[in-house]
Amino acid sequence: MSQTFTLDGEEIPFRDGQTIIQAAHDAGRWIPHLCYHPEFKPHGSCKLCTVTVNGRHMASCTTQAAAGQTVESDTEALNGERRTLLQMLFVEGNHFCPSCEKSGDCKLQATAYELGMMTPHFDHFYPSRPVDASHPEVLLDFNRCILCSLCVRASRDVDGKCVFALSGRGIGTKLVVNAASGRLADTDAAIGDKALEVCPVGVILKKRRGFAVPIGERTYDKAPISETEE
Amino acid sequence: MDAPVKKKLRVATTSLAGCFGCHMSFLDIDEHLFELVELVEFDRSPLTDIKEVGDCDLGLIEGGLCNAENVHVLREFRARCKKLVALGACAVNGGLPAQRNHLKLTEILEEVYHTSPGITQGLIPNDPELPLPLDKVHPLHEVVKIDWFIPGCPPSGEAIWKALTDIAAGRDPQLGFGVLRYD
Amino acid sequence: MHDQERDVASALAPILARWRNDPTALVQILRETQEALDWISPQAIEFIRRALALPHAKIEGVAGFYSFFYTRPRGRYRVLFADNIVERMQGGAALLERMCRNLWVEQGKVSEDGLVSVDTTSCIGMSDQGPALLVNNLSVPNLDEARVDRLCELIRGAVPLADWPAELFAVADNVRRRDVLLDAGLRPGDALRAARARIDRVGTEASNTRSWREGLPQGVAGPAALIDELRRSGLRGRGGAGFSTALKWDACRNAPVPEGGCRIVVCNADEGEPGTFKDRVLLNSHADLVFEGMTVAALAVGARRGFLYLRGEYRYLLDKLEGVLARRRAAGLLGPAILGMAGADFDIEIHVGAGAYVCGEESALIESLEGKRGTPRNRPPFPVTHGYLGLPTVVDNVETLACSALIALNGGDWFAGIGTEASTGTKLLSVSGDVAAPGVYEFPFGVTVAEVLEAAGARDAQAVQVGGPSGTCVGEAEFGRRIAFEDVPSAGAFMVFDRRRDMFEVARNFAHFFAHESCGFCTPCRVGTSLLKNLMDKLANGHGSPYDFAEIEKMNHILQQMSHCGLGHSACNPVLDTIARFRPAYERRLSNRSFEPAFDLDRALAPARQMTGRDDAGAHLAIHGEEAK
Repeated sequence: MSQTFTLDGEEIPFRDGQTIIQAAHDAGRWIPHLCYHPEFKPHGSCKLCTVTVNGRHMASCTTQAAAGQTVESDTEALNGERRTLLQMLFVEGNHFCPSCEKSGDCKLQATAYELGMMTPHFDHFYPSRPVDASHPEVLLDFNRCILCSLCVRASRDVDGKCVFALSGRGIGTKLVVNAASGRLADTDAAIGDKALEVCPVGVILKKRRGFAVPIGERTYDKAPISETEE
Repeated sequence: MDAPVKKKLRVATTSLAGCFGCHMSFLDIDEHLFELVELVEFDRSPLTDIKEVGDCDLGLIEGGLCNAENVHVLREFRARCKKLVALGACAVNGGLPAQRNHLKLTEILEEVYHTSPGITQGLIPNDPELPLPLDKVHPLHEVVKIDWFIPGCPPSGEAIWKALTDIAAGRDPQLGFGVLRYD
Repeated sequence: MHDQERDVASALAPILARWRNDPTALVQILRETQEALDWISPQAIEFIRRALALPHAKIEGVAGFYSFFYTRPRGRYRVLFADNIVERMQGGAALLERMCRNLWVEQGKVSEDGLVSVDTTSCIGMSDQGPALLVNNLSVPNLDEARVDRLCELIRGAVPLADWPAELFAVADNVRRRDVLLDAGLRPGDALRAARARIDRVGTEASNTRSWREGLPQGVAGPAALIDELRRSGLRGRGGAGFSTALKWDACRNAPVPEGGCRIVVCNADEGEPGTFKDRVLLNSHADLVFEGMTVAALAVGARRGFLYLRGEYRYLLDKLEGVLARRRAAGLLGPAILGMAGADFDIEIHVGAGAYVCGEESALIESLEGKRGTPRNRPPFPVTHGYLGLPTVVDNVETLACSALIALNGGDWFAGIGTEASTGTKLLSVSGDVAAPGVYEFPFGVTVAEVLEAAGARDAQAVQVGGPSGTCVGEAEFGRRIAFEDVPSAGAFMVFDRRRDMFEVARNFAHFFAHESCGFCTPCRVGTSLLKNLMDKLANGHGSPYDFAEIEKMNHILQQMSHCGLGHSACNPVLDTIARFRPAYERRLSNRSFEPAFDLDRALAPARQMTGRDDAGAHLAIHGEEAK
């Protein structure tokens, strides 16, 4: 632990093999992120965790920490760029927080609060995406998918299944489930699967649990995500 | 230095494709209402019953755009108000009305007036007094330039008060933790 | 239903057998399935799923990624018109309309009888003989009305493609200027024999012998000598980035090989950059030179497996290339103990892409070779240490490998004497657009843009897009600049635009290209390329304001700074370049209003007008609102 880099001027120690976001987290510093999850192999797709390393933009979840790096994260410029990425995610899908049962527990929403996003800014795509209510225990609302692929990784790496995968390309990229019918009920998804627990937004929802926690007591009602996140 | 007598902000408000919930929330600023009347005077607004919007410093608009009349009113506000604020979820991203956007308008009208039993005897109302619906519901910023946004469904009285006092003080509104909300 | 299943089984069984039920060949299996069945049906996916023991979602994920795979019926004849700006200028769009009219089919849809679909695709590498199209992935260039009508007749008559006149598919090389590469006239094996001789002569001076210890047997201590030769040549990658080939080979050669693995050489023939077609010519007429270069690379790094990743648009070259490989095997130039060198074992397999530009990025290409979606990997690690299946892998451009063969033959010093100090050798330029003689021009590096224009018979040129959409747009004032890594680098495209052309429309075409080709992995590129496309369309539709211009600049910044790979980084280049050089083309599209909506509000009322039968004043919206008083 003798090696360090600086993060916004603060010395951050790191172990060999650690990424910047891991070392920052161990030092109690939060860097905004959505597709990164400490339990899974970094993916580097949402780009929200982008920092500058010696002046260059890098995703901090996939960039190895190295001694002497000068890392900047909490700057007006970077937070502005992150806000733009959030706005892109908001207009790409259909995110209507008032009618979403993940509201208050949603990482996309909480991160947007943290970064002071007042408007989605861009013209909305309003894509037509289906809802899959076939499974007796779980509802899938693809309108809110941000393509972080955490469920894909959790199913593959933890559950040893392949319940979820990405298909399509470009702006048409979409989450699919492992069944010829396209229905979750026809997959081997089961309660207890890690894949059903990791969705940062309101795509994968347990049925009959919605709005159980009153407003004011949900995860990010109580504290901002920067102080809450694992 | 003597502060000059501060001119009150002239404010107009309206609700387009909204539910007036944001206006209700506006009234929910409780005791700040007394401070508010020191700060602003109202032009066209459901609070004043003035029908035509005059020249204003600020326009607060609740609701998105779902029909031609919404567009007319918004354009009038844009022309008359120096600054416009999109107030609440529907104004900011279309909100609940925009959930019809994944359906075709023609299919909706078919379903409502042709297929379902109703009082129009299968005719789609075509009275010129009725504003025609747009094919999609749009948030305000997709049609005119919006200067500031106050999200929330509705934004809390606290959020509205904070935003207004920021604006009156010449700052961009900043809603902190717990005040900035989308639901 | 049972018949259908039997048909699927009888069509797919030989395909899967040929690919040894290997899941890493999934892209190839899907491609051949599509060729056999005209689409990838649910029954076919089910059959493949069982044979490869892959999850359904994985197959659906891969099938959904590539433009040329259809998981819904798409007709027996699938026609795709190249929609690059050059083909646009050649009148491709009107010919597409003509075909749609003739065949009673709407663009992008399948005809009612299920016979044919007509749509557009990105550049298919025929800009020198466009307009051009692909029918079931076979190229038909030199389109005019008569040829389109003829195609329509054949399609309407349901004539099998195999019975179509060969003349329709004739593709010319159009080589207009030759230099050392195109003039090499190499006899198969010459470069390898020269390489072997070089190994014998200077092998003892090899600075690093790790490679032969791991990969090659005792007695062949030469690879370092080959790499030394390459280092002296100064050869840099021809795919655009210009990385030192010797450094790349050396890194691969020095990378440890996992137990049971081997090193890999990949020839990147995914020539997807719009306006580029020089690899088409190398593969068509100089394939031996390319394969010989791959074999030289294999000797140098100690590789035993090679892949040629051929873009799906060049499917028509596959049989010919397989023939060349067979001939080389028979001649002892591929296979075990090449030229009798014990342990010098190397063979080449051809994989064909399926319509994904991003697979030209080396790590995405490797993913595709492994039978996956073509998503660029996180790097490091780089392919030279962890490439195909995690093995040390060299990925080089077709032209780079051809140059390598020449360097093995004639020596690095010879090669370094050509071109400029920092950009040695020659460059193949794919010249298209407003020139008298489009085609392939081989020039020594350092040639000026003006010299190329002169040679190609360009009159009145106002701009050249060098290196394709992700390259550089060069305006008239800069025609004195040189094609070289130190000045204007180029992956080969050289698209010429004369003064009649609207450079905004050029940039808009490229913005559409990038949005279509974004792989969708990272947020900034997935959403940003679409937003940029929409903004350019907004300007084109007359709804642009200074607000949108600022938005375009913001999008450029985000794409450049935040994207995952080069596609996103360069997606804004054509827009940035044309703004810098042809700003009036943008400005004349901007109203002086502070803001305008992207869509036509009056048109947004059209469905309601139609449903209610109203057409009174209240049933319309003026295009513009009242401006501030």
